[in-house]
Amino acid sequence: MENSNKRYWKGIEELTNEPSFVKNIHNEFGNMPSETDAKGDSLVDGSGTHRRDFLKMLGFGVAAVSLAACESPVKKTIPYLNKPEDVEPTIANWYASTYTDGGDYASILVKTREGRPIKIEGNKLSSVSKGTLSGRAHASVLSLYDNEKLKGPQSAGKATDWASLDTAFTAKLAEVAAKGGQIRIVSNTLLSPSTKKVIADFAAKYPTTQHITYDANSAYGLTAAHGGILPAIDFSQAKTIVSLGADFLGTWIAPTEFAAQWAITRRVGSDKEGKKTMSRHYQFETILSNTGANADYRATYKPSQEGLVAISLYNAVAKLTGAAAVAGASVKVDHLDKAAKDLVASKGASIVVSGSTDPEVQKMVAATNALVGAYGTTINTGQAVHYRQGNDAAMASFIQEVAAGSIAAVIFYNANPVYNHPQGAALAAALPKVGLSLATNDRADETASLCQFIAPDSHYLESWNDAEPKAGFYSLTQPTISTIFKTRQAQSSFLTWAGAGNDFAAYLESNWEKNILKGGKVAWNNALHDGVFEPNAVSVSAASPSIDVNASAGAIAKTYAASSTELEITVYEKVGLGTGSQANNPWLQEFPEPVSKACWDNYATISQPTATKLNLKQGDVVEVGAKGYKVSLPVLVQPGQAQDTIAIAIGYGRSKAGKSADGVGVNAYPFLVAGALTATISPTGESKDIAQTQTHHTVMARQAVVQETVLGDFAKDPLSGRYNPTILTSEGKKNATDISLWNGHKYNNHAWGMVIDLNTCTGCSACVISCSAENNVPVVGRQEVINRREMHWMRIDRYYSSDAEVEDLKGLEIASDNPEVVFQPMLCQHCNNAPCETVCPVLATTHSTEGLNQMTYNRCIGTRYCANNCPYKVRRFNWFRYFQTDDFDFHFNNDLGRMVINPDVTVRSRGVMEKCSMCVQRIQEGKLTAKKEKRRPVDGEIQVACAQSCPTNAITFGDMNNPESEISKLLEVEKEGRAYHVIEEINVKPNISYLMKVRNKDTKKEA
Amino acid sequence: MFCKKSTLVTFLFSIVLFLATANATIAQDAAEGESLFKNNCAACHNTSDEVLVGPGLKGITERRPIEWIVNWVHNPQAVIASGDKYANELYNKFNKAAMTPYPNFSEGQIKGIMAYIEAANAAPAAPAAGAAPAASAAPAEGAKSSGGMMEVLLVGLLVIMVLVLIALLSIVNTLSKLSGTDAASSEVPLLQRFSENAKKLAANSAVKTGIIVLVLLLGGKATIDAAYGIGIHQGYAPEQPIKFSHKLHAGQYQINCNYCHTGVYEGKGANVPSANICMNCHNAIKRESPEIQKIYRALENDEPIQWVRVHNLPDLAYFNHAQHTNVGGLECKSCHGEIEKMEVVEQRSSLTMGWCIDCHRQTDVNAKGNAYYDKLVEIHNKDSKTPLKVQNIGGLECSKCHY
Repeated sequence: MENSNKRYWKGIEELTNEPSFVKNIHNEFGNMPSETDAKGDSLVDGSGTHRRDFLKMLGFGVAAVSLAACESPVKKTIPYLNKPEDVEPTIANWYASTYTDGGDYASILVKTREGRPIKIEGNKLSSVSKGTLSGRAHASVLSLYDNEKLKGPQSAGKATDWASLDTAFTAKLAEVAAKGGQIRIVSNTLLSPSTKKVIADFAAKYPTTQHITYDANSAYGLTAAHGGILPAIDFSQAKTIVSLGADFLGTWIAPTEFAAQWAITRRVGSDKEGKKTMSRHYQFETILSNTGANADYRATYKPSQEGLVAISLYNAVAKLTGAAAVAGASVKVDHLDKAAKDLVASKGASIVVSGSTDPEVQKMVAATNALVGAYGTTINTGQAVHYRQGNDAAMASFIQEVAAGSIAAVIFYNANPVYNHPQGAALAAALPKVGLSLATNDRADETASLCQFIAPDSHYLESWNDAEPKAGFYSLTQPTISTIFKTRQAQSSFLTWAGAGNDFAAYLESNWEKNILKGGKVAWNNALHDGVFEPNAVSVSAASPSIDVNASAGAIAKTYAASSTELEITVYEKVGLGTGSQANNPWLQEFPEPVSKACWDNYATISQPTATKLNLKQGDVVEVGAKGYKVSLPVLVQPGQAQDTIAIAIGYGRSKAGKSADGVGVNAYPFLVAGALTATISPTGESKDIAQTQTHHTVMARQAVVQETVLGDFAKDPLSGRYNPTILTSEGKKNATDISLWNGHKYNNHAWGMVIDLNTCTGCSACVISCSAENNVPVVGRQEVINRREMHWMRIDRYYSSDAEVEDLKGLEIASDNPEVVFQPMLCQHCNNAPCETVCPVLATTHSTEGLNQMTYNRCIGTRYCANNCPYKVRRFNWFRYFQTDDFDFHFNNDLGRMVINPDVTVRSRGVMEKCSMCVQRIQEGKLTAKKEKRRPVDGEIQVACAQSCPTNAITFGDMNNPESEISKLLEVEKEGRAYHVIEEINVKPNISYLMKVRNKDTKKEA
Repeated sequence: MFCKKSTLVTFLFSIVLFLATANATIAQDAAEGESLFKNNCAACHNTSDEVLVGPGLKGITERRPIEWIVNWVHNPQAVIASGDKYANELYNKFNKAAMTPYPNFSEGQIKGIMAYIEAANAAPAAPAAGAAPAASAAPAEGAKSSGGMMEVLLVGLLVIMVLVLIALLSIVNTLSKLSGTDAASSEVPLLQRFSENAKKLAANSAVKTGIIVLVLLLGGKATIDAAYGIGIHQGYAPEQPIKFSHKLHAGQYQINCNYCHTGVYEGKGANVPSANICMNCHNAIKRESPEIQKIYRALENDEPIQWVRVHNLPDLAYFNHAQHTNVGGLECKSCHGEIEKMEVVEQRSSLTMGWCIDCHRQTDVNAKGNAYYDKLVEIHNKDSKTPLKVQNIGGLECSKCHY
């Protein structure tokens, strides 16, 4: 490690050189079955083929080939009977729509081919989501083709038809209403104003109806502290950001919006006029969250200290601003005083956010924000956002009412509280007491299966809807496919039961005409075309909630303790799976979590010292218990986590969601019950592999991969932290990049390239899902990931770095308790001196005249030499036929799931290599459009999937031959600055450049 | 004599040139009219007096004044509504199916169309009909004759070789007689000598090996040739569920390909037309035909027509029609052959990768007037005298078709 001042490691096993890691490091395909593996029967576990199987296949193969050679099968071509005017086969149509899942919101564009949605992208016309999408929004298109949804309505667990369901249900409702029985509608956050109106109409018909809203990932504390509203937060204005356990880049409230704002403050330029300032981001938290991994300064606390950390921060700020301190034990947390100093110094451009669900903690934070002048600048109470409307208290009392038997009828509107509410078990036990129950959930899930009726709602891509994510900002959802199963959208159901017609589409349009468009200039069709309607400017209010800080401090002092020696449990949300509402989505299950890099499971994360203390190691299955609830799950050693804490992710442990989700992980929601803090942990003696991708596809021993510096050094010298490899030749020292065996390529037409800014990449991995959707990347399943054979073309490498001095060899060997983290998107680098191209014996991988490294599947014979020779380890081998194989029973294995396949990209078969093609199908399509219009392509017209989907615009793609393109301008600025190639010393001349990471930390001298 | 002939040619040429310039404006109108007619009118009207969907247009300018025609084309319903007798008779005659209005046609354009109709009828029918096949048949014959030439050459060579063999044998014979070494053998009858020689020859191991190698080589070549033929369906002409004739529609009625194959200039696929496109015409004409009845049945039963795919590219090859037709300016027949003469469509080209690549090597890029290519042509012309070929801009690269 001569080239940098730090040691980077991807996992503890790498740092400590564990035998399993050493065994696998030079075995990138994981194709060496051990002796014990041979006992397994499945092909998938890597145990190889048996002799008899081989002979059978040989015989069948010969027969099949000879039969196939005789006569080719007759293929049919079946046109439309009545071609819709706006559908032209083979040409994609795009529709503006809106993705909502509970409080998750994004204005989207849906790409449809021959009438089926195949890809979702952001709608840049929305000033709310600004074209950003989370991985879950990208993956939602696959949930549309989920074969395990209900195919039609059900009554008492048996299939029925809509007419009889309506008759039976309305009759019973009328009965309940006649007796004056209480009716409840339970839902998650509803962003749709028209849907709320429908519910109001329903309530008007049945006056005992009450609408209960709760959220699985509640922000009730924050809402309660602001008098019932959720204030709008704008990180783009912030110079100092302090987060107390709010994972705002990964999961908290509206992470992609926040990430986009955050990135604005993190962008710097290497040229003289370039921006040399950045926001400074402090993160205090228990787990190492995605946001914490991106923070400049980070420290940990235990969950039992959270309230007092808020008080300590308040007091530190108060001391500097001259406000009165509040009583409360002070907690010693690193960097807290420094954070307070920065908050006050950048008064008016500071913000403190907290992920706590405790209203008292949120009140302390709000008071701190008021002291640092956040209201009116970074926090706006004048513009409420509607992302979380859940009322925890109302939901708790609803469950009590059900238990008491005082509810006569309940409708679960796409809500699954039996699974995702802490008191789900109690609710499940009490539900039989409710006389009439119905769920509109799309499948017979944990809650719906306990109801008498299920009236399945259509998927949002099959439905009409609207949303109001921010007061006065509207957007529309329109169907992009007719309903696949006999489902009916829930709003139409409510209207039917309320006797107010059954056509929600007409209802929605008339509601918009009357109450939203109000006969203004924008017509319904225009609003539908744009997807959004934003008639009002943002109204800003500097009003801060009035808070009695002393009362809050008193309340906090009762529930929190400054120090505790007990083992504590905390529950967190994963960036990929979220609350588990889309748990049966194989893309999300195989999504490597940004920090832990684990997929297909949840696990108990503990820090290394705690693991040592408890005598546990990674993979040991432990029984974790708190407040009478116990689960067994494997241990994952997570650097950066607070000592003596256990963290478990929600969203797993589904039992009735479908085959991809059921039995994966354990349900952690019951741990969210109030007072569950102290945990017990005991080893069961068993062990379980965790499907973790972090050390797969390592770059062998070459390590000039990550380059970083701190802001102070960067401002003085943009080249600080840059490493320029030199080589000693007979003519003296030379730059490694100046010596080459090759003549290089000449690009007359386009020269496609990419620049990835490590400063703004948050590791959120939305690009991974977007890439999988665009390029038909197969899902391989848990066992194959453990076998190190995941197929993602795009991986986000996560490096930890040791904080020990580079000379301190002993210190470097110890895994840091609080490591710095770097995320690095890694994909085919499209080298100009590509090592893979020279070793292919059949010329299946070649270089194009536009700078692309091409992979020709039909030519590939699977020698895998290219992958051996790839310094970046970005090539993936198809070990199996991942489609139409029962061993991989995911969406590629059924006709419905295969509807999501992009018809412009080949589905790869067994035995061939594949890798990032730089979305060559999009490049070709964009070029053709330009050619048809007899012009050159405009910059930005051609976008690759990953660049398009990056919420922070960390990825810039374009034509480096076009001097007007964004990428050319960026490289012009950065080529003598932050831009570098990974492993530059081997001089493979990649077309992908990275921009060095700059941390806003004090320079060594300042510190 | 040569001199005389060239004078004659010049004379004839100058006459033609004179006539051509004199008629230039009319010809131009007619040319524009032709393209307008083929793109807009030909689906329903014939230039002859034959009734298609609407009446045949032969002699239309004599039947009606040009003002009436212009009004009618701009808005037929208005003319009918005005109570025009001729218009109403026409309307009733054609089952009250009104013509599509073309309000955007200028008077000049309509006159151009009329000029084309006149020109089409003025040209003597027989030569006009005959000219096209003759012209197109010529290259075909040329191709055949070049093949025939090859055969003649081969036969000629064979004859020469046989003659040479006989000559050589006779020389050997004479020489051996002259040498007199084998006097005894000369008395042995020729046939016996021949069979003895043949036996000796057969016993020779070198000859044996040679024959075996030859058989193996020929056999191998035949096998490889046959293997290469697997999956190539040149000439594949499956029977279709409806006996649709391209010869009739594209040949006789000259309906533009684009009229039915709507995607051919726009998308990846040219698209087999949907039944509603058939209905544009066949809701009025030939309704009683059993083949047309099949379309009605499909529409009534809501069952799509299952055509048999003729041109099958494997999934791994990406082919885009728009790139070749719209951008490349290729004609459909370059790949599909003379569709307008096919009663049943057959696959004319081999559609192998070699066939694609060959064309990409030989074809010039259709760069004229397309700003996309301007810089590429400029760079290419700097160090090359040959025109810019498809292969010069990456037309042979894998990822142009495989991804």
